[in-house]
Amino acid sequence: MREITYREALKEALIEEMKRDERVFLLGEDIADPFGSAYKVTLGLSSIFGTDRVIQTPISEQGFTGAAVGAALTGMRPVVEFMYIDFTTMAMEQLVNQAAKIRYMSGGQAKVPVVFRTQGGPGRSSAAQHAQSIEALFHHIPGLLVAMPSSAYDAKGLLKTAIRLDDPVIFIEQKLLYNTKGEVPEEEYTIPFGVADVKRNGTDCTVVATSMTVLKALKAADILAEEGISIEVVDPRTLFPLDIETIVESVKKTSRLLITHEAPERGGFAAEVAAQVANLAFDYLDAPIQRVCAPSVPIPFARNMEDYIMIDESKIADRVRKLIRGDI
Amino acid sequence: MDRKNQEELPSDLTKEQLLAMYRKMQLIRGFEGTAKKYFEAGEIGGFLHLSVGQEAVPVGTCSALRKDDYITSTHRGHGDVLSKGCEVKRMFAELYGRTDGYCKGKGGSMHIADFSQGIIGANGIVSSGIPIAVGAALSIRMRGTDQVAVSFFGDGATAEGSFHEALNLASLWQVPVIFVCQNNLYALSQPWSHSARDGNLVERAQSYHIPAESVDGMDVIAVYRSVEKAVDRARSGDGPTFIEARTYRFMGHYVGDPGAYMPEEEQEEWRKKDAIAKLRRQLKMWGYLTDKVDEQIATDIEAELQDGIEYARSSVIPEPREALNDVYVHFDYLGRPLKEESNHA
Ligand SMILES: Cc1ncc(C[n+]2csc(CCOP(=O)(O)OP(=O)(O)O)c2C)c(N)n1
Ligand SMILES: [Mg+2]
Repeated sequence: MREITYREALKEALIEEMKRDERVFLLGEDIADPFGSAYKVTLGLSSIFGTDRVIQTPISEQGFTGAAVGAALTGMRPVVEFMYIDFTTMAMEQLVNQAAKIRYMSGGQAKVPVVFRTQGGPGRSSAAQHAQSIEALFHHIPGLLVAMPSSAYDAKGLLKTAIRLDDPVIFIEQKLLYNTKGEVPEEEYTIPFGVADVKRNGTDCTVVATSMTVLKALKAADILAEEGISIEVVDPRTLFPLDIETIVESVKKTSRLLITHEAPERGGFAAEVAAQVANLAFDYLDAPIQRVCAPSVPIPFARNMEDYIMIDESKIADRVRKLIRGDI
Repeated sequence: MDRKNQEELPSDLTKEQLLAMYRKMQLIRGFEGTAKKYFEAGEIGGFLHLSVGQEAVPVGTCSALRKDDYITSTHRGHGDVLSKGCEVKRMFAELYGRTDGYCKGKGGSMHIADFSQGIIGANGIVSSGIPIAVGAALSIRMRGTDQVAVSFFGDGATAEGSFHEALNLASLWQVPVIFVCQNNLYALSQPWSHSARDGNLVERAQSYHIPAESVDGMDVIAVYRSVEKAVDRARSGDGPTFIEARTYRFMGHYVGDPGAYMPEEEQEEWRKKDAIAKLRRQLKMWGYLTDKVDEQIATDIEAELQDGIEYARSSVIPEPREALNDVYVHFDYLGRPLKEESNHA
């Protein structure tokens, strides 16, 4: 099968959906050519679809988020880009009080078919305001769906679904994933929300990972395999809706669970998974549930400090070894 | 403004003041050129937004300020903080992520702060420093001092709600804040005409009943005079001022952006207006600067920059665990009370 980058996969999804449905349009800062957006996902799209459908906005996050909600309420299907997930905070009101709630408050009359694409994560010395992982804020809000693709294949299939769904979606990419390559079929496909993907089968420990940490968990799996330890890597792909069944099935098989994400540990997505598994599979667990997440601190600038708080394969592998040894 | 006026020997500025401005502009340009070199060599990480071309705005502004006045700055803040008093060597140390940097290596280029001289923060979030400056001005009034607060921000920031809310509050409260918009005609790739239908910022500020003017941001003396008036007004309790300084960045948005959206002719035209070249010409005309002194200034600055790089390189690399400190005053990052501090609570 052909291999393309995560970035190209996202771009293909946008192009296909814009061709398929003329109500789909893009909205965001610096997304038109020649700049084509900060991470170049939309590069070329204004040349194909024109600036009426690839609408470049001033630096007005609250304004364009509200405008997207308004357009969605009245028959359009906007795909908004926030250059950095850190800047979604400028538009929190529209996201949390409007996009997430209008359907409910209107007694089910309204639909808010907007996709809010953005990217997060550390790894480039971008410091405290350009490298956060704040998916938990959105995951916490009833009314929002949250997707975090870790591969080119998932990125394309999930984005196409996100655009077709009638609910607001926070679609979180990762800055270090854009250049990663993966197999993506030429033929059209979509990936449903709420279906996890077992990225690697294993028997000794279940590792639930999201976004960038899926890649780290797969590396850890290679390292551990050489030591005779077999881990199962489960990528939920969408944090909400969450495919807890797949995770529970895996835990029933391995009897151990470790959850990893780049976001700070306190109040993170891992806590939700841990609570649900503790509830649904308590009797199957041989050891306490583990989290390998960033310490709850802002992202430091200096490379060595940033490395220190980032999740890598050795942090995951070390914790798995301890779990297996009963050393926790 | 007529040319004759501009070229006249200024009676309000001494030779020393003018030479200090000239030197500072050169220092900023040299600092950024050096930072770019070591960024491209891989010694400096993160983002590097250069203000090359815009030096006259912060230098003119800060020449009218006192050490205890406040500034807030932006992602493109090297010139602003150097003008307010930051030292080259500690700036480099920060860019290198070292313990002697202004923020111990935790902030980097976009987040330089030095509270000891009123630099209450550069900022990675466009427009967010503007209301913070209004708050500093409110605090000045509440504490009854005669300080002023200046907020530097770009043209792009004027499209944010924060900008409008900050102007409205400042006007309502009549606090001693000076809004200095460095209009370099671009917000990342977007020309000014894409940020606002009518590019008249003076009228916009006036609609909030804030005295406002637009100055030539390529003329350090013009910027100084405009800010000087605003400072007088602020110190005497007459409230906020808005100043638009029209300027240009001679480079892309950040190092690595080729600036494909900036027309060549436009770049050429603005390079001809270079504020450093202009002041050099004036200083020579007024008999304040000889070629020899000019060369000496360049040599001194080169030495200061080289020393600064050496200082940064030899500064201690922070312990990785330092990442966990400075989150709270009273507690560590896990919520455990910190002994010395919690006693004061
Ligand atoms: C709230 C927010 N939105 C977007 C960005 C990304 N961004 C960084 S600088 C910039 C352009 C800023 O333009 P302007 O205010 O004119 O300042 P300049 O870069 O020209 O100095 C953008 C869009 C950001 N940092 N913060
Ligand atoms: Mg600008």
